[in-house]
Amino acid sequence: MTRVGGVAAVKRAIAIVTLACALFASGVRAEAPPEKTRILVWHAYRAAEETALLMLIDQFNAAHPEYRAEALALPYDVYPSKLSAAIPTGHGPDVFIFAQERVSAWARDGLLSPMDADAAMMPGEFPEAALDALRSKGALWGLPLSLKSVALYVNKSLVPVAPVNTDEMVALAQKLTDPAQGRFGLAWEAGDFYHHASWLSGFGGKLFKEPEHRPVVDTPEGVAALTFVRDLMRKKHVMPEEPSAQLVATLFNANRAAMVINGPWFAGEIHGVDYEVVSLPIVSATGLPARPLLTVEAALVSATSEVKDGARALARFLVSKDASILRAKIGRQVVATRSAYDDPGVGGDTLLRAFRKQAESAVPMDNTPAMLTVWEPYKRALTAVLSGLLEPDEALAQAQRRLNAIAKPMPPPASPWPLLLLAAGGILALSIWIRRRPVRPDAPALYHDVRRAIAYCTPAAASILVLVFIPFAIGVGLAFFHHGEGRYTFVGLSNFVDILTSRDYRITEPMSFWFTLAVTLAWTVANVVLHVSIGLFLALLLRDPLLKFKGVYRVLLIVPWAVPNYITALVWKGMFHRQFGAISALLATLGLEPVSWFTRFSTSFAANVVTNTWLGFPFMMVVSLGALQSIPQDLYEAAEVDGASKWAQFRHITLPLLRPALLPAVILGSVWTFNMFNIIYLVSGGEPGGATDILVSEAYRWAFQRNEQFGFAAAYSTLIFLFLLGWSALTRRVAREPSPEAA
Amino acid sequence: MKRPLLGTALVHMGLVVLCVIVLYPLLWVVGMALSSQPGLQQGLWPLPAQPSLVNFTHLLTAQDAAGHFTFWRQLGNSILVATLTTLVGLTFSVTAAYALSRFAFPGRRLGMTALLATQMFPATMMSVPLYAILDKLHLLNSLSGLVLVYATTSVPFCVWMLKGYFDTIPKDLEEAALLDGASQGQIFLKVVLPLTRPALAVTALFSFMTAWNEFVLAATFIDDQLRFTLPVALQRLVGEYKTEWGLFAAGALLVSAPVMAVFFALQKNLVGGLTAGGVKG
Repeated sequence: MTRVGGVAAVKRAIAIVTLACALFASGVRAEAPPEKTRILVWHAYRAAEETALLMLIDQFNAAHPEYRAEALALPYDVYPSKLSAAIPTGHGPDVFIFAQERVSAWARDGLLSPMDADAAMMPGEFPEAALDALRSKGALWGLPLSLKSVALYVNKSLVPVAPVNTDEMVALAQKLTDPAQGRFGLAWEAGDFYHHASWLSGFGGKLFKEPEHRPVVDTPEGVAALTFVRDLMRKKHVMPEEPSAQLVATLFNANRAAMVINGPWFAGEIHGVDYEVVSLPIVSATGLPARPLLTVEAALVSATSEVKDGARALARFLVSKDASILRAKIGRQVVATRSAYDDPGVGGDTLLRAFRKQAESAVPMDNTPAMLTVWEPYKRALTAVLSGLLEPDEALAQAQRRLNAIAKPMPPPASPWPLLLLAAGGILALSIWIRRRPVRPDAPALYHDVRRAIAYCTPAAASILVLVFIPFAIGVGLAFFHHGEGRYTFVGLSNFVDILTSRDYRITEPMSFWFTLAVTLAWTVANVVLHVSIGLFLALLLRDPLLKFKGVYRVLLIVPWAVPNYITALVWKGMFHRQFGAISALLATLGLEPVSWFTRFSTSFAANVVTNTWLGFPFMMVVSLGALQSIPQDLYEAAEVDGASKWAQFRHITLPLLRPALLPAVILGSVWTFNMFNIIYLVSGGEPGGATDILVSEAYRWAFQRNEQFGFAAAYSTLIFLFLLGWSALTRRVAREPSPEAA
Repeated sequence: MKRPLLGTALVHMGLVVLCVIVLYPLLWVVGMALSSQPGLQQGLWPLPAQPSLVNFTHLLTAQDAAGHFTFWRQLGNSILVATLTTLVGLTFSVTAAYALSRFAFPGRRLGMTALLATQMFPATMMSVPLYAILDKLHLLNSLSGLVLVYATTSVPFCVWMLKGYFDTIPKDLEEAALLDGASQGQIFLKVVLPLTRPALAVTALFSFMTAWNEFVLAATFIDDQLRFTLPVALQRLVGEYKTEWGLFAAGALLVSAPVMAVFFALQKNLVGGLTAGGVKG
């Protein structure tokens, strides 16, 4: 009786939810039809910068009754790929705000409208460096909004007079450092090239070799800059280890870091510290100023916009004097527009003035795709040197090899005919084989359900066909192409050959396909074994009908699955910090030495596995709880009567009967783990030296961090696919082997 | 059947210790969410000395220019999308899994393998073609498009899980019902589905989670602030230069609360399946 009532209640609940959903959906869709021409503005601004932008859009709308500008704020992570997908199909924004780093590629791919005429309407308003940053192939592609670079923040109570050169800075830092108290003279995100670039220029180094515009990093200047920073951290100990943005902020706010290098965005994070901002010091060894990288945020107009006049008018409005004053005052931006500084409230603002001064000497970041390839190899070199694994010259030589491998020449174009003929022949042979195959005489009787089966399977099959198999086929097809300079060229099997023969690295090196494959396998096996055994063990405990509070335990134990893993993965990374992490604190209370987790393969790998096990066991626990219900309870009762031990019951009843229901979760769990890249990305980041990276992170890097070599990334993905297909065929064969059934 | 008291106490102690270990990293998230200032707590105790709810109130009361309470709108979107994903995904997979388990037709093994294969190609390369397909189907910038994509993503696991479970349900029950004059549809809905409750609960939770925490596709396919789901809004807090950790942590906790509620509601179905008694009948 109660069960029937329960079903009715569930039905009622579903009906109510469906109704509510329908109402809600209709509410969302009810919008006034647009009467004015709409101008869509995309941006990734937050907080004060967003407020300022929205105020300006309101002002623009009030002044231009024919237009209705609307803003859409996007997550920064997704923003560039969304632009690349949306603009060519005509669904993109009319105006969008982005830094110069992708301007060359976007201009080449025809996503941007040239803005030379618009800039010419405001002569002398923009610094030449800012305009240069937005030029490509002789044209200007955006109007500069704001200038971002790092500078030196000093705590005035600890440093009354800011240092002018590095000798003074280092002497001061040594005086103010007390490692026992966790006090440091200096702090910045030293493992990040964006911050390190200042020292590279201070030692006279350049990132690109001209005229071929090729990134060259293993230069004497590069080694000198890296040695300087390494000595600050590892010999003089005036900087904290593994400095993250959070750690830098924490130390500065606690008066435990006297000087930090950071950008204008850092000002909002400072609480209760009397500080000032000055330009980076002169490098005493060379007499040259340390010049940070300059990022220029710009208003860009989409090439596929249908309201280009309105879009350009809006872009011009955003960089106008009055709008720039508002962006400076409310958005706290270091605006590019010169006349804005005539306003006493802007020109007299010490913070803006300091950053504007620093921006004048900063080096505009290169806007070609080659720049995007530099970050990862340089970051690897920085972390290797700062954790004491490599000498600066070795690390930079290694970074150079990586850059050379990325910039390898395009393979020769191939003719698609041999492969097409082969594919056609294969299809022909297959169809002949199917036609010639003898029809089983009992087929009509055996397959009497076909019509019903089609009816039951069509919804799932149709959606998978359209939404999974078509993108999949496109992905596999791309693997036979090379993507460079915005064009696809058919290159036959050469992507596969390059990967499988590990052309650029010995196969025992972390960057080779085979090494990465071995790591991926170890990663998958370790995780799946741990997830399943912990999950199954807990499920066995938590299904005991006599156990009190089991509902509470169950809910508490699935919490790691429920919380978004982006934040929990970073919490784990924080706990693994050598100087300040919880695990080091725990080891210290036990009287043990802290461990530097990410400098050795074994510990780094273990850190990844621990994090992912914590994230993954709840899913297996839930699946096991469900699967255990398929085992009839009377079998246990019978075994109990026969005097079988608990272990014998587990071995001969639970395990064999659990297999059919648990196997799908195990197979799929291993497939997901094989491709689970964000945990590695967030926790170890592939350290040391890319050794803990797995195959799918390589695919990701080739697609997004290495010159958009989509063909190479697709070849990696196809190999992953083929490998998993073979692996699953093997497991399923093993799993099908007859086993002694307990029943 | 009664357990020795000592054994029960040991089990409880073990479980409590385990819960503490499992929940400890989350205490850091709570600590971040409760601190009004940026920066990390250090050492072993993650909670701030002066906890503050400012991050929570900031998120819950945030309004856009038109006066909409964005958090609540986005929460509504998330609930709508996740609920519909669960319903659509389960409908697709229950029928397909039943056919694959019970009906004899050519291509069954191939179908199962193909389902598995859909999970093997890394998703990195799929989002751009998917964008073009949704564009052709006029499903961009609509929550229905998102639901369809999520449901399709969750189908392979759900079919495999449900098929495995259907396989363990004895056919005698259906045959008996057939003899009693029940139609095929009735047998499926009234006899088989109720027996599948534990597996349905697992797959429902899985489909719900597939939709609930996803943000990359949602942010790529939706062009309207008021149609974003919560994880997109949450990811907005991670910027190019800095991340609002306090708000992010508070948001993460708020996002996970409904999942725990869903799980708490579903978990009774995970246990107490009916097969044990059913066959004897």
